[in-house]
Amino acid sequence: METGSPGGAGATGDEQVVWTGLPPGLLRMRRLLLVVWLGSVALAVGLLLGLLAGPAWAAFALLPLAAAGWGWVMLGRNWRSWRYAERADDLLLSRGVLWRTETVVPYGRMQLVEVTSGPVMRWFGLAGVQLHTAAAATDATVPGLEPAEAQRLRDRLTELGEARSAGL
Amino acid sequence: MTAPDAGPDVRAPRPVTERRLHPVTPFRRAWAPVAVIVGWAAHDPDQAQAQLTRLTTTTLLVALAVFVPAACLYGFLTWWYTHFSVTDTELRIRTGLLFRRTAHIRLERIQAVDVTRPLLARVAGVAKLRLDVVGTDKKDELAFLGEGEARRLRAELLARAAGFAPETAHEVGEAPSRQLLRVPARDLAVSLLLTGATWGALAVALVVPPVLWLATHSVWTVLATGVPLLGAAGARSVGRFAGEYDWTLGESPDGLRIDHGLLDRAHETVPPGRVQTVRIVQPLLWRRRDWVRVELDVAGSSGSVLVPVAPRELADAVVARVLPGVTVPAATAMTTAAARPPRRAGRCVPVWWRGYGLAVTDAVFAARHGLLRRTVALVPHAKVQSVRLTQGPWQRLWRVADVHVDTGAGKSVTARLRDAREAAELLRGQAERSRTGRRDARPDRWMA
Repeated sequence: METGSPGGAGATGDEQVVWTGLPPGLLRMRRLLLVVWLGSVALAVGLLLGLLAGPAWAAFALLPLAAAGWGWVMLGRNWRSWRYAERADDLLLSRGVLWRTETVVPYGRMQLVEVTSGPVMRWFGLAGVQLHTAAAATDATVPGLEPAEAQRLRDRLTELGEARSAGL
Repeated sequence: MTAPDAGPDVRAPRPVTERRLHPVTPFRRAWAPVAVIVGWAAHDPDQAQAQLTRLTTTTLLVALAVFVPAACLYGFLTWWYTHFSVTDTELRIRTGLLFRRTAHIRLERIQAVDVTRPLLARVAGVAKLRLDVVGTDKKDELAFLGEGEARRLRAELLARAAGFAPETAHEVGEAPSRQLLRVPARDLAVSLLLTGATWGALAVALVVPPVLWLATHSVWTVLATGVPLLGAAGARSVGRFAGEYDWTLGESPDGLRIDHGLLDRAHETVPPGRVQTVRIVQPLLWRRRDWVRVELDVAGSSGSVLVPVAPRELADAVVARVLPGVTVPAATAMTTAAARPPRRAGRCVPVWWRGYGLAVTDAVFAARHGLLRRTVALVPHAKVQSVRLTQGPWQRLWRVADVHVDTGAGKSVTARLRDAREAAELLRGQAERSRTGRRDARPDRWMA
């Protein structure tokens, strides 16, 4: 779960930043969804073309399969890039492989902490945490956490936010 | 016809006096159907005449007998069912005949109060009161109130928002105001003439009709496009002149006072500590006179004008008033080698990279952009909600990154193409400054 030492971007010069990565369950869920969707697309394409246009055309079913393979690797890279760190006074979020974004939100600026979890995410035992500040552009989201961790994070953020509340 | 006793009812345990809007309100949209008919008749005179002759007296009478009472009834009912009241902490507005809506506006969250008087309302002696509140897209407004009542209500709302005791809030009255700046009509006219948009619109309006004439040789086509184009070109600059005429900026304990308008007068108040971002804009042609335009954002709405045109030193003095403790970084300070992005940023944004600049002082984060039309955006550290660093693949190749500073006005100020190491430092430092910058800020209730 811990994705250890931060690398690249030169953006993490601090000493005592403890980064937390996302749980492996999220990667499993995303990969499963990818395989299920693209697998069924491949099956449909293969069957339709094979029956209607001849077996040679069924080779087009390899395209979704190739996309699934590529997506498998991409999801892994993207999953590894997501991480967050709770520091004494602010929350740090970092994500993205090619387009890298790092966000700092001081606890005092938090207006609302939201824990969301759809049916699929619940099935995999996951919940997302989203932070809202008064600025609409703040995109501080942790897409998937184990529910216990999500609740702990929510409670801690709310507590710290109240203690350091600063208004607009 | 209605049940008038459905109006004021006492629901609150403590008696709150509910008030109605000015009785002239039902007529405020009465001119709309008339204007539509007149516009249609003017647009197509032949057709209008043909339709007019077809109308018999009876149809006309029947139409009048149906429409006029219906319109009157609708206007009357909407007025009858609109109430507002001021409690210790809230302004409540109840509206709606079929779909009831009750707005409770927290007074300490008010970001700005405007009293506007459109031309017809000035004739009728009434005014519109508009409130900027955080979190709502549109401004809540009370239209219309008597002029005196609007002024009293504005003073009362501000007094209560400032934290005066409720018993005395009535008597506090208008806070005294000191004039900071007044824009002469001549300067305003010259500044509009020196704006590219004015001439661009005029050029389009003068070029398009002859081209059309050459292409079609039809007088009607030329008229049909030329007149609206000329009208739009005129309305743009003349409208801006009329709107920004007699711009007066005052300072009072209640905050900034802005008065402006030739035909439609507006009076805006921005309470202290509400300003999130200030932008200083200098179009190309204003550079010789060193004039600037100052815009500001408050939470809830953005892009309101603070000063339409003023010499730079005057504008800087005004900004120092608006953002206490802030000095605007000098123009020269924003173009030094340290303020500019590194040379290799030119590989990411050719030519225009020279327009980017950044200056961070103890109180403010100032980012510059634009090569011809220069814009400097200032955000006090205390108003920073979050800080983001973004870096695309091409930017990473050239070791540069963008730093965005998000404010509560829904706008972000971006320092573009900073050196990657510097950007990382900036991200850390800005988070720290935004946290500590809040300590000596004034409370929401500024008089408390």
